[in-house]
Amino acid sequence: MSIILEFSNISKSFSGNRVIDNISLQIEKGKVHTLMGENGAGKSTLMKILVGLLQPDEGEILLEGEVISGLSVHAILGKGIAMIHQEILMVPDLSVAQNIFLGKESHRFSWLNESEINTKSKRILADLKLDISPKIKVKNLSIADRQMVEIAKAISNKAKVIIMDEPTSVLSDTEVKTLFQIIEKLKSEGVAIIYISHKMEEIFQISDTLAVLRDGKLISTQKASELNSNSLISLMVGREISEIFPESKTEMGRTLISVRNLSKKGVFSNINFEVKAGQVLGLAGLVGAGRSEIARAIAGLDKYDSGIIELEGLEVPINSPSDAIELGIGFVSEDRKALGFIPQMNIRENISLSSLKSFSKLGFVDTDSETKSTQVVFEDLKVKARGLGQKVISLSGGNQQKVVIGKVLMSNPKVIILDEPTRGIDVGAKFEIYKLINTLKAKGLAIILISSEMPEILGLCDRILVLSKGKQKVILPKSEASQEKIMQYAVH
Amino acid sequence: MQFINSIRQYGIFLAFLLICCFLSYASSQFLTLSNWTIIITQVSINALLAFGVTFVIIAGGIDLSVGSILAVAGVVAALLASPPDLPLIVPIFGGLLAGLVFGLLNGLIITKSKIAPFIVTLGIMTIGRGLALILSNGRPISNLSDSFNFIGGGDIFGIPFPIIVLVIVFIISYLLLKNTVFGRYVYAIGGNEQAAWASGINVNKIKMAVYALCGTLAGLAGILLTSRITTGQPNAGAGFELDAIAAAIIGGTSTSGGTGTIAGTLIGALLIGVINNGLDLLNVSSYYQQVIMGAIIIGAVLLDSWNQKRMAS
Repeated sequence: MSIILEFSNISKSFSGNRVIDNISLQIEKGKVHTLMGENGAGKSTLMKILVGLLQPDEGEILLEGEVISGLSVHAILGKGIAMIHQEILMVPDLSVAQNIFLGKESHRFSWLNESEINTKSKRILADLKLDISPKIKVKNLSIADRQMVEIAKAISNKAKVIIMDEPTSVLSDTEVKTLFQIIEKLKSEGVAIIYISHKMEEIFQISDTLAVLRDGKLISTQKASELNSNSLISLMVGREISEIFPESKTEMGRTLISVRNLSKKGVFSNINFEVKAGQVLGLAGLVGAGRSEIARAIAGLDKYDSGIIELEGLEVPINSPSDAIELGIGFVSEDRKALGFIPQMNIRENISLSSLKSFSKLGFVDTDSETKSTQVVFEDLKVKARGLGQKVISLSGGNQQKVVIGKVLMSNPKVIILDEPTRGIDVGAKFEIYKLINTLKAKGLAIILISSEMPEILGLCDRILVLSKGKQKVILPKSEASQEKIMQYAVH
Repeated sequence: MQFINSIRQYGIFLAFLLICCFLSYASSQFLTLSNWTIIITQVSINALLAFGVTFVIIAGGIDLSVGSILAVAGVVAALLASPPDLPLIVPIFGGLLAGLVFGLLNGLIITKSKIAPFIVTLGIMTIGRGLALILSNGRPISNLSDSFNFIGGGDIFGIPFPIIVLVIVFIISYLLLKNTVFGRYVYAIGGNEQAAWASGINVNKIKMAVYALCGTLAGLAGILLTSRITTGQPNAGAGFELDAIAAAIIGGTSTSGGTGTIAGTLIGALLIGVINNGLDLLNVSSYYQQVIMGAIIIGAVLLDSWNQKRMAS
């Protein structure tokens, strides 16, 4: 066992608040060390200290015995510590090779040597068994490929330690497989990986060591083989979790929404399903199978070419999001930042945004009744914030998501479409969203759930519609569904 | 903490009071009723333009055409206020209508073509100036009716009419932005247009209304200016759009959209007016005045971005 990186008694406070409390942790060569913890547990602060974005108040970090804490971001990068960011930071209009060699371009007398960086990039990409041309512009790559390019960039920096912050949150299952192959290869070359993820399944698949953080403290460091998902969750939240997906029995009512032969050229074709009151329909499939696109069409964000959408037996025309909302179709997008909330507005203003007219008289907003109604939703959803006046941008991902769901619920939907509702949020908030889905079920809403996390689909849905390349393959009832079966349909 | 926050929020207001204190110390003429009547009357034109521009900038756009719209509306009003003497309502209505039409044109092109507002309003700015020159044959239009000239030059109980117009428009704009559904939607669109649209807001309709409002206010400013100088000037208002944008920005409106207030813009316009007036009283050359004004604009934005950084951390 050879230690490459060591955190020694690191502490950090923000305005008197200890966010990192005396953490000591050793990172071994050629191993995957996964950091686990709810949002706010201190994972990202610790990583910011490691890469030099923040300085520790106490303690030091040693790379191969040499103190690196206190160095600049640039110097630490030069020492061989690279971070693959959750939000990918690349210049979209530059080529893959130009991005890989950004800041260390090869040149003669300031004359750029494009062919050299292209050749070098080609070699790195081939080493990773990636079929990406170094000359293609990054903006033309899929998000998964962009991430692979980031990893290539880290390798070109001769990284000894690579930090991956939720790398799979934007990847499909096959892309995750490629990533894991790359991780195995990096391991065999002696690179240490610090891995951050909220996804249970993959954590156990990829990790050698699991370090659990809670409230800025290191709670435990154990071999991954010594833990299971329930014991891990208990460590993270500090209490026993009896059931991940609480069983819910609800009477199903009449059909609220039915979709007939819905088609959009080149995106999806002949989609047919119905959802009853109190029922959850899951849309499963690989990324790019057309799940989100179907959701967007029903919610009025995209146009569709042909087919019929019926609400309670009546054919309805949906040409815009406002049509859909007025008809009682609520939509929670997978892209919370782009489509979910208004960052400069506070919680109250965001929650009431879709239903503002119901709080207005003669065009004037009645702030009292707005406050009263949003307060109810705010409390029901247990949003953790100082109050309705707090800006949404300053909330954690999970609480932002609750605000977005609150906004949708405020407009009294009969049908609610949830597209990756737990993406990028911590375990505690995930469970609350699962509970909320069951509550909405009990209230008689029809729910359409899209998720890339198989346990969510299997745990929450009554029926599962599997898509492959825009085509509807099958609708499986819960009793017949299994991960293998869904994958079988999804890849064909 | 509360105290520091309130200073941040009212920083511009405090700066305004400090400058007023300094000027009343430096010049005995500054803090007189007659001087303030002059300041506010002069500020009224810029403030009207700036209120409209504030709506546009908060909604995530920009309007460079208000100076030219002011000129067209002024020329239209002057033509209608020339002999034969039509009822007063005709030139007023004509001027406002001219402003409204240009505002709608801005809004229509921006929402339908998806061309950047900067480009569209730059084009309309040039078209507007050209039309003002065409309509007036490039010459000032004088000999306007007395009733029309009252608008800019008259007073009620000693209060100049432009000040009364300013106060009324201020109250309406303030309430419209702060307390109505429309105002809330303006903030939402400027904050995150996609999210506003996905939340069921008719983004194009609101944008059209915002540009129409801005154009109409520019039309009103054109009527006031024409009446005050008792001449329809096709060259009037050149560069006014930049003063209006400056007033909004000094008043705390963020050029990236989503934040800003009408009260802030009024303070911004007053600050510009007071500084110009004070520097005149202190016999500072107008060349230096321009240098100082530019420094204040940059200073205000620096202060704002510094505040935002501290708020974020």
